[in-house]
Amino acid sequence: MAPLDNVAPSRRLLLKGAAAGAVLFGFHLPPRQALGQAAPSAQVPASPAAQVPEINAWVVIHPDDRVVLRMARSEMGQGTRTGLAQMIAEELHCDWSKISTEYVTPGQSLARNRAWGAFLTAGSQGIRNSQDYVRKGGAAARIMLVEAAAARWGVPAAECSAKDSVITHGPTGRTLRYGEVAADAAKLTPPAEVPLKDPSDWTVINTSKPRLDTAAKTTGSLIYGSDLKMPGMLVAVPRRCPVFGGTVRSVDRASAASMPGVRHVLQVGDGAVAVVADTFWQAKTALDALKVEWEVGENGKVSSATIDATLTEGLDAAEAFIGNQNGDARAAIGAAPRKLEAVYSYPFLNHAPMEPMNATVVWTAERCDVWCPTQNGEAALAATAQAAGLPQQQCDIHRVDLGGGFGRRTTHDWLIDAVLIAKQIPGVPIKTMWTREEDMVQGRYHPVTKAKMTAGLDANGEITGLHMRISGQSILSFVFPNALQAGRDPVVFQGLNAGGAEGQIGYSFPNLLIDHAMRNTHVPPHFWRGVNHNQNAIYLECFLDEVAHATGQDPLALRRKLMANHPKHLGVLNAVAERIGWGGPLPEGVQGRGIAQQMGFGSYVAAAADVSVSDQGVLRIHRIVAATDCGYAVNPQQIEMQVEGSFVYGLSALLYGECTVKDGAIEQTNFDTYNMLRMDEMPKVETIVMPSGGFWGGVGEPTIMVAAPAVLNAIFAATGKRIRTVPLKDQDLRRA
Amino acid sequence: MAKLNVNGAVVELDVATETPLLWALRDQAGLTGTKYGCGIAACGACTVHIDGQAIRSCITPVSALDESQKIVTIEGLSPDGNHPVQVAWRELDVPQCGFCQSGMIMAAAALLAQTPRPTDEDINVAMSNICRCGTYNRVRAGIHKAAAGGITG
Ligand code: FES
Ligand code: FES
Repeated sequence: MAPLDNVAPSRRLLLKGAAAGAVLFGFHLPPRQALGQAAPSAQVPASPAAQVPEINAWVVIHPDDRVVLRMARSEMGQGTRTGLAQMIAEELHCDWSKISTEYVTPGQSLARNRAWGAFLTAGSQGIRNSQDYVRKGGAAARIMLVEAAAARWGVPAAECSAKDSVITHGPTGRTLRYGEVAADAAKLTPPAEVPLKDPSDWTVINTSKPRLDTAAKTTGSLIYGSDLKMPGMLVAVPRRCPVFGGTVRSVDRASAASMPGVRHVLQVGDGAVAVVADTFWQAKTALDALKVEWEVGENGKVSSATIDATLTEGLDAAEAFIGNQNGDARAAIGAAPRKLEAVYSYPFLNHAPMEPMNATVVWTAERCDVWCPTQNGEAALAATAQAAGLPQQQCDIHRVDLGGGFGRRTTHDWLIDAVLIAKQIPGVPIKTMWTREEDMVQGRYHPVTKAKMTAGLDANGEITGLHMRISGQSILSFVFPNALQAGRDPVVFQGLNAGGAEGQIGYSFPNLLIDHAMRNTHVPPHFWRGVNHNQNAIYLECFLDEVAHATGQDPLALRRKLMANHPKHLGVLNAVAERIGWGGPLPEGVQGRGIAQQMGFGSYVAAAADVSVSDQGVLRIHRIVAATDCGYAVNPQQIEMQVEGSFVYGLSALLYGECTVKDGAIEQTNFDTYNMLRMDEMPKVETIVMPSGGFWGGVGEPTIMVAAPAVLNAIFAATGKRIRTVPLKDQDLRRA
Repeated sequence: MAKLNVNGAVVELDVATETPLLWALRDQAGLTGTKYGCGIAACGACTVHIDGQAIRSCITPVSALDESQKIVTIEGLSPDGNHPVQVAWRELDVPQCGFCQSGMIMAAAALLAQTPRPTDEDINVAMSNICRCGTYNRVRAGIHKAAAGGITG
């Protein structure tokens, strides 16, 4: 059987439409949205939907009433495609069953003055940061469709209404379908005023619409980046120096060049090599045999122990960036009759999306086209252009759905290398695929930090002052150094800020100091689902638990006292406390109950956990209750899925997640040493979605931040053991 | 060269015999529904059936197989995508990114073929696949739903 192609580059080696693909191989029918869009060419067309004129950038309606909604944000499992479609459809008044979606390319957006806004799909902002303009896109299209119908009837538009893709003239009862007037509507001038519905009138938003992309994920027919095939395509498998920043000293090309299927043995930049072969397995087999010597430099001496020593020094360093401050915490703690102090730490973590990094690239001297899963099409385009040595106008990114992202696919080191490989083999489609091993050791890791928590307590056990000293990595200093504020990384303080709509601390302390001693390492940090909330919530929520127990207070009661001025934080906390039955008897088999809350990504979340720990120290999480106030809930079922998934991601990190460093390199090379929570350990999760209205919060990440502290607090309640260093796999949970 | 019985048809694949079945399926047979997650039998993304048993194709060399063994991939699980597990998956919107789901579905289908009414414990034992998106609770519900509907596939 000959290899089959599922993408057929045209004369220009560019992606053809899904219909052409279907004819060509008939084996997989890639869903339209999976392969992106039709026929980008050297002149970027105004409309990816080819022959049918768009109503506006967001909406295309075919004569047969099919509605195509355009997407700038990427789908990686979080349900953004469906949520954004709901937002547009709410205002478009179209027939939901007629909807499909397609990705626009960043090249098209560039050519149209960023008509589709941001492509970045991260920070739980795919929906909340585009809700306004996508709803307006839907509303403007509806207004134009109604105007076109009114014009055809010669009646005032005000006498017409639209519902389920049908326009009705009220006084006469005449109707026209959207498909019948779409071509006329496309010629109209967009309305100047685009009023949006009051939330109380929503009928599509705040409903649990089934996802638009489920079916193809149950038959194996969804084409991911690693599944792409093109005529003449070769597969590259790269290996970068395992010590970050290292370079290639020498490559013995002969050691791999004559192996079966091998076409090229390449050096990639100064720090990587790649074998290019007919298939992945051939390339990987040859790469395993390839003899490479690396120049690792001073970084080769770094280990987890040396990093830990650096961070420990930062815990008491004189200088630190201030994140949040009121009163004089140091003085209050110094004057307090009693002091409580604890040091916590949080490790490096790999994102480990199920699909390893990959990109398919065709480079010529005139043009560079990329097919890849990315969380940010525009950043991918910029990275491609730079690596290709071409202007952005001569490059484009054709997105495919992601086999997971979690932040890893917001940065494009893997894409740059893929372009540098393809550039050495002009005109030939090159699919660069990472092995899992490469994915594990060339990650962009959750930053490593420690925190020293110090509380001053008065004679009644009340907190007089709190000092939270964070020591460790700054993501911004690695990723966006220009965004540092006089050296300070504001992202370090996620969830600890005095104000703002993104991540406010939920407590008021009479004296407070939260500061950061920046201690960077050569291991590259990055945004990892939940980001700095993950450790900040553990540090604060577990330490408050320590204060409660040390002063004989109920952990919930202590929090409530500190939360009087934070009603939304308190709202979700109370909701989980009530649902789990806080203060009541524990169910059979449960030994401890814990609670935690945090605000992040614009949403308020809380969790309560019931656990038991066997005499052998084996943890069982019996039940989780989670509450989310995300302001407006676009799709409650999708929110539940994100909450459940957040527990898997957060608890995987808590139980098993840790990347350690030896001789400058990450030690964990695959899922055997970087394990995850599986089915048998997955607790029941009860989700309370409680949107209070008036703001738009994210849902993809917030719940992760409370997963670990709720369980850690429950473990203490069950065992009397306070765990301050994760993951739990390294900890003895047996009762003391 | 390898002669394999894939989804009901005997195919000749131009592949070195030590090649794992996963890559023979993906690169030679063009069946990309079966996914690569780890290559070391740790995640289950590559799960296919051999004579009805769920196996991890990433560590199964084609030399270990002959045409008498019936290999079924996600593409061949049902003629129309309506195996009870697939139907239940759609009804519950189980997948998130979907990348692990071929393996999940194949493992679930093999479990149900052997144990038509699995308990939660049966599911825990049979389903050791990794899902990074965290669909486990819906996978479990989907298996129970497919079981309740009766297995015909
Ligand atoms: S790819 Fe085979 S078990 Fe992970
Ligand atoms: S659905 Fe994404 S890994 Fe399971």
